Amino acid sequence: MSELNTALEHPTYNYKVVRQFAVMTVVWGIVGMLVGVLIAAQLAWPALNFDLPWLHFGRLRPLHTNAVIFAFGGSALFATSYYIVQRTCQTRLLWDKLAAFTFWGWQLVIVSAAVTLPLGITTSKEYAELEWPIDILITVVWVAYAVVFFGTIMKRKTTHIYVANWFLGAYIIAVAVLHIINSMEIPVALTKSYSVYAGTVDAMVQWWYGHNAVGFFLTAGFLGMMYYFVPKQAERPVYSYRLSIVHFWALVAVYIWAGPHHLHYTALPNWAQSLGMVMSIILLAPSWGGMINGMMTLSGAWDKLRSDPILRFLVVSLSFYGMSTFEGPMMSIRTVNALSHYTDWTIGHVHSGALGWVAMISIGAIYHLIPILFAKPRMYSVGLINVHFWMATIGTVLYIVSMWVNGILQGLMWRAYNQDGTLTYSFVESVAASYPGYVVRFLGGAIFFSGMLVMAYNVYMTSRRDVESQAVPATAGAV
Amino acid sequence: MDINDLRGLSTAFLMFAFIGLCFWAYSKKRKKSFDDAANLPFADEELNQRTLQEEEKND
Repeated sequence: MSELNTALEHPTYNYKVVRQFAVMTVVWGIVGMLVGVLIAAQLAWPALNFDLPWLHFGRLRPLHTNAVIFAFGGSALFATSYYIVQRTCQTRLLWDKLAAFTFWGWQLVIVSAAVTLPLGITTSKEYAELEWPIDILITVVWVAYAVVFFGTIMKRKTTHIYVANWFLGAYIIAVAVLHIINSMEIPVALTKSYSVYAGTVDAMVQWWYGHNAVGFFLTAGFLGMMYYFVPKQAERPVYSYRLSIVHFWALVAVYIWAGPHHLHYTALPNWAQSLGMVMSIILLAPSWGGMINGMMTLSGAWDKLRSDPILRFLVVSLSFYGMSTFEGPMMSIRTVNALSHYTDWTIGHVHSGALGWVAMISIGAIYHLIPILFAKPRMYSVGLINVHFWMATIGTVLYIVSMWVNGILQGLMWRAYNQDGTLTYSFVESVAASYPGYVVRFLGGAIFFSGMLVMAYNVYMTSRRDVESQAVPATAGAV
Repeated sequence: MDINDLRGLSTAFLMFAFIGLCFWAYSKKRKKSFDDAANLPFADEELNQRTLQEEEKND
């Protein structure tokens, strides 16, 4: 009983579940990116599928996307949201056991995905490939997540709900709505179901889901991360709290309408395409508002970038965010889309967001978290964080530049006509012309992936009790 | 009144909601409470330290 009283009078945080998710972020990052590197290599050297159905590009590609988005990104979001909500509400998570359930439940979802997708069990809906039993498990885990998160906010010791929690809360609610509506399906067997939607409606629901997975899972959630870790690492409050409020409401109000830009020149009615295009262009304003708010947090402290590679990760991630949120609205313009759609440009755009923004801000946040969670003064080696930073940056740049080149090349080849109206190039000629780009993309991806191995070593050494963190050399990170 | 009136009204409603939001967020009256809120990430070091000490003890 006395122990209980002490716990009530002197509450502590639940760092255990944060630590578990933080470590799994690194593990799933490595797994997901390794599969990505393999399928990138298969596009350059098709023999690498070894004629095995389980290693076929068509089966491994959804494994890659699920692993990096939901396993790596998801673990990073769970870790940081549980950490941020506790620290900014100054109270322990609502329910330790339920939080532990979300950890083990989410790992079970990931393992189920890793088993079923290579076996070819799929709904074939992009980013929602998992079959109905796993969909139900996701729903259960997600509801538990919402209970823990919002329950913690309800018992907060602070009067104000810090802005990061608004973004994280929006991400949790929106993902629940998106997942449940898009996954409406009729099971016909344990491993097979059919969507309740058909035709154009199915396409529209799918891309309403798909784009808002980007908007709420990969943007709002990571913006929540940004609003906590950038001020914390820069040791100064966010540039403008007022702007962050306008940023939040504008972003969540507009994102939900942008999905139709994935369906330009399809059977989707023209007015819906135009609506998606206009909303996507408007989206530039809140996106850049948020980016500027994050960047300007460093004003007066820019010198910290010279010595702090973690801050560098966070700030460069914001630069990539700004870049890809300019590129996205531009690509959503129907006439630009006529050139870019179905080409590698789209894949390049996705990865400037996924590698440059999502992965780099997560990596920065995890480097911030790991020493705290393992009660160390800092990461084992600050120098290795810097090495990782450069590998991640160079890898991302190689990836997106090669895909820009390939995308424009493919778009131009596919639309080239002869004078008599026949196509100048056959499709396979554009594939052959893409080969150098595929090799460069593989290299960029491999470098980014190798950086994750450097991170894993650094995290492992930081976690060991018998190893002291290395002294920071005076010139550390000044590369 | 037809559906297009509703569409026009909803656009006007959203516009006023956005303008209202900006005025709300940027009003002088709320400056102090927003400044306090912005400092929340730096206000709980004690709890963090206690958590780490407790974890140390329990190992």
